[in-house]
Amino acid sequence: MRTRLTVNGEPREIEHDTRTTLLDALRDHLGLTGSKKGCDHGQCGACTVLLNGKRVNSCLCLAAMHEGDEVTTIEGLGSPEALNALQKAFVAKDGFQCGFCTPGQIMSATAMLEELRAGEPSYASASLEGDMPLDDAEIAERMSGNLCRCSAYPLIREAIAMAAEVKS
Amino acid sequence: MTKTFRMDEAQPRLLDETGQGIIGAPLDRPEGPKKVSGRAAYAADGMPDNAAHGVLVRATIPRGRITGIDTASVAETPGLLGVFHGPRFIRNPAQGMAGEAPVQPGDEVHYHGQPIALVVAESFEAARDAAQRLVVSYDADANVDTDPAKTDALEKGDPETAGDFEAAFSKADVTLDRAYSTPPHAAAAMEPHAALAEWEGETLTLRGAQQMLKTNRLELADAVGIDPENVRILSPYIGGGFGSKLGIGPEAVSAALAARELRRPVRVVMARQTVFDAVLRRTETTQRLRLGADRSGRLLALSHDDRVTNLQDEGFAEPVSQASQFLYGAEGLSFAQTLARVSRTPSGSVRAPGEAVGMLALEQAMDELAEMLGMCPVELRLKNLPEKNPMTGQPFSATRLADCLRDGAERFGWKDRKPVGTRRDGEWYVGMGMASAARSNMLIESAARVRLSAEGAVVETDMTDIGTGTYAILGQIAAEMLGLPVEKVEVRLGDTRFPAAAGSGGSFGASSAGSATFLAAKAIRETLAERMGCEPSDLTLQNGMARGGNREVPLSELIDAELVEEASVEAGDTSESHFSSGFGAHFAEVAVHAYTGEVRVRRMLGVMAMGRILNEKTARSQALGGMIWGVGSALTEEMAHDPRTGHMVTRDLANYHVPAHADVPGDMTVVFLEERDDMANPIQTKGIGELGISGAGAAILNAVRNACGARIYDMPATPDRVIAAMDAAGY
Repeated sequence: MRTRLTVNGEPREIEHDTRTTLLDALRDHLGLTGSKKGCDHGQCGACTVLLNGKRVNSCLCLAAMHEGDEVTTIEGLGSPEALNALQKAFVAKDGFQCGFCTPGQIMSATAMLEELRAGEPSYASASLEGDMPLDDAEIAERMSGNLCRCSAYPLIREAIAMAAEVKS
Repeated sequence: MTKTFRMDEAQPRLLDETGQGIIGAPLDRPEGPKKVSGRAAYAADGMPDNAAHGVLVRATIPRGRITGIDTASVAETPGLLGVFHGPRFIRNPAQGMAGEAPVQPGDEVHYHGQPIALVVAESFEAARDAAQRLVVSYDADANVDTDPAKTDALEKGDPETAGDFEAAFSKADVTLDRAYSTPPHAAAAMEPHAALAEWEGETLTLRGAQQMLKTNRLELADAVGIDPENVRILSPYIGGGFGSKLGIGPEAVSAALAARELRRPVRVVMARQTVFDAVLRRTETTQRLRLGADRSGRLLALSHDDRVTNLQDEGFAEPVSQASQFLYGAEGLSFAQTLARVSRTPSGSVRAPGEAVGMLALEQAMDELAEMLGMCPVELRLKNLPEKNPMTGQPFSATRLADCLRDGAERFGWKDRKPVGTRRDGEWYVGMGMASAARSNMLIESAARVRLSAEGAVVETDMTDIGTGTYAILGQIAAEMLGLPVEKVEVRLGDTRFPAAAGSGGSFGASSAGSATFLAAKAIRETLAERMGCEPSDLTLQNGMARGGNREVPLSELIDAELVEEASVEAGDTSESHFSSGFGAHFAEVAVHAYTGEVRVRRMLGVMAMGRILNEKTARSQALGGMIWGVGSALTEEMAHDPRTGHMVTRDLANYHVPAHADVPGDMTVVFLEERDDMANPIQTKGIGELGISGAGAAILNAVRNACGARIYDMPATPDRVIAAMDAAGY
C-alpha cells in the first residue's frame, strides 16, 4: 500500500506492507536510521519521534495509519555540523555513551519541554495546575520512558536542563 | 614494521612530561555530533537496496532433537527467500576471546530459546511472519535439568586457600556465616544484536555489533568454515555491549550462511526477546560467606564459596569470589566454587563478571560484621587492608583504597549516619550505607598504527568504542604525544583491516589499545627527534611546533612524506611481580517506604583511584554508569526462568527491570583520586568500566539496612523482600 507523510518538512511517499511500522518505514524505506529499534515493543523509547508535534514510540505506530501526518525525526533537528541547543548540550554534558538511545532521548526531551511549557502535569508535579518547575524530579519522571543502559541518566538530565535554560 | 613492547618493568611517566596538556582533560567525544544527530551508523543502519531480511527461529523445548523443519508450512509466504538451518549454525554466542566457533549442535536442542533456523524474505514483515509460523517438530528429552537448585550435574572445584581457614575461624571472637543469592542478570544493551553479511566472491564482510574484532573474525571464519583472511568485520559504532557482544553470535553466523547461499546481502537483527533468550547472560548464584574476627575487628578468617550455573560444554564460570580473594587480608582464606550444569540460556561475561555479584555478598557481610562488632563499617575496612595480595603474596602495584574510604566518608557526611531504623522523613526511613570497590586490572596484547602528515595524525586500530570513549582517549593520547590540537587527530576504529587490539572487555581496552597508540606515537617522536638532531628526551612537541637541540620549527617542516609507525604491547614480568587493581569506595543514601517497602536511592558517591585518567569526562560517565548498574542489581534487576522448562519468562524490557530515569537520583557524584600505576602499562592507567559497579549495589543494600533494619540476603531488594525482611528484623 501507499502512504504519504511529511517527514522533517519534506513530502514523502512510501510503498509498504500493511504491517510496516512507522519506525521501519522511516528506517528501511526512507533511510532515516537515526530513530533506533531497541525493543520494537514500546518499552525502551529509542524509536521516539514527533508525530504532529507530540512524542510517540514509532515502533507502536503503523505507517498505514498516518496518511498526511507530520513526522519529525532526529535528522530533522540538526546535522553534525549544525546541532541545535539540545544536541549541543548532550555533547557538552556527555549525556550519552554508546549513543544508541540518544536520538530517542533527544526527541523525547524536545517534546517533554513543550509539555512542561504547556503546563501539562506529571506524576512528580505538586499541583495539576499552574507553572511546572523545570527541576530534576520533573525531568526524571517525564523522561522515564526512555531507557539508557549505559546509564547516562544524570548527565542526560543535566543536558536537558542546560538546553532549556539556554532556550528560555 | 611493528614494534612489540613487553611490560617487564616500570615505565617512565612520559605523558606527564609532554607539553600539549590534554591528557586527562574533560574533552567532548569527537563522535558526539554524529551520535546526537542520528548519523552514527550502527550495524542495523546500513541496509543496501538488494539486502534481504532474516529472522531467527527459536527452539520451544528445553532439550531434545529436531526431527523436522517443515518448510512447506511457510512456502506460501510472499517474498520468502529461504529457511536456513544446518550443521554450521551455532548454539549460542562465543565466550569472550574464544577465537573459535562456539558449539554447533546440528539437530540437537540444548536450551529453550536456542536459535535453530533463520527465515529470510524480501521484507522484514514477511520474514517475521514466516518465522513465527514455521512448523518444527521435536523429539523432546524427558527429565531435563532446568532447575539450578535441583540438578545433580555438579562440577565441584577444589578450594583455593591460604593459611588454615577452619583453624582461624574457630578461634575468632566474632563469626558470621551467611547465605546469599543473586538472580541471573541481562546485559540488555540498548542495541539488539545485529549483523549485515555480504559476500564478494570468497570474501565475507560483516557489519556487526561486536566488542572484540580480533577474535570475532576467527570465530566467524571457524563457524562458517572459511579462512579468517577472507573475513572482514566492521563495527565502528556499537550500541552498548557490557559483555554481551564479546563473541560472535547466531545473528552473525546465520546471516553469513544465508547471504552466501542467496548471493545477496542478508541482515539479521535479533528481536529483543531473542536477545534475552539467545545471548549469554549472567549466571544466578548462591553464595556462602564466613567471616571471623577478633574483638578489635581484625579479620582472622574469610571464606567465600559459591555455586553458579552454565550450559553443558561452556567453559565459563562466573568468578564470584574474585575480589574477596584480595580485598581484605586474613590468616585463613578459602574459596570454593561449584558449577551446576542446567539446560538454560548459557551464562557468560556481563559487566564485571565476579565482582558484580560477589561483592554484593562480601560487602553486605562486612557491613553485618561491623554491626556485630559495634564498629564503623569504614573503620572495619580500613583495619583490614592488606599490604600484599593475601592469596598470591604479590605487592599491589598501586592502591589508594584507604584514601578512597577516608575521602568518601568525609565528602559524604558519613559521620551523620544514624543508628539502624532511627531516621525518618515522613513515611520514609532514611539510611546510609557504604562498600569498598575493587576490580582487578589487566593488559591484553594490542596493536595500533599512527600516521603523521603535515595535515595531522590518524590512529588506526581494530579496537572498538562501545560507549566507553575510545574515540576520545586514543585521539588524546596521539595528540598529546605528537603535540597537536586534538582536532588534528582522526581516530579510525572497528575494522579488522586495522592492527588488532584487545577489544572492549574486562575493562582492559583503554589501557591496552591506549598503550599501543602511545607506543606508535612514541616511535614517531623518535624519528622526529632524529630529524631535529636531538635526543627524544629533549624533544618538545606542542601546538604543531617542535623544539629541541636549541631550535624551534613547525612540525610540518619535519615531515616530507607521511610518517607511519605501528606498535604493539603485551603483558610481561610486571603482571607476575605485582598485582594491579582499581579500588574505590561507594556511599549511598536511600529512603525506604515504611509501609510499601519501596526503596528510593537519594544520592550516591563513588571515590575511585584507577590510575591515570585519560579523559575526565568519559571516565566519569563510565563510573556513573557502573554505579547505576549497582542500583539495578541491588533493587530491580532479576531475570526469571520457569523451573520446569528453563524458559526465560522475563524476556523483554517491561519484565526485566533496568533502572530508568526515575530510579536514578540527580545527586550522583564521582571523584577520582590522582594515581599512576607504573606497573600496569606504559601509560600508567587502569580499567574503569567495571569498577563503578563493583560494590555499588552493596552500598545501597547496606543503606537499606541502616534505614529500616531489613537485611537482604536474596537479591534484589524488591518491596516484597524488603517488607518481609523488615518484619523479620522487627521494624
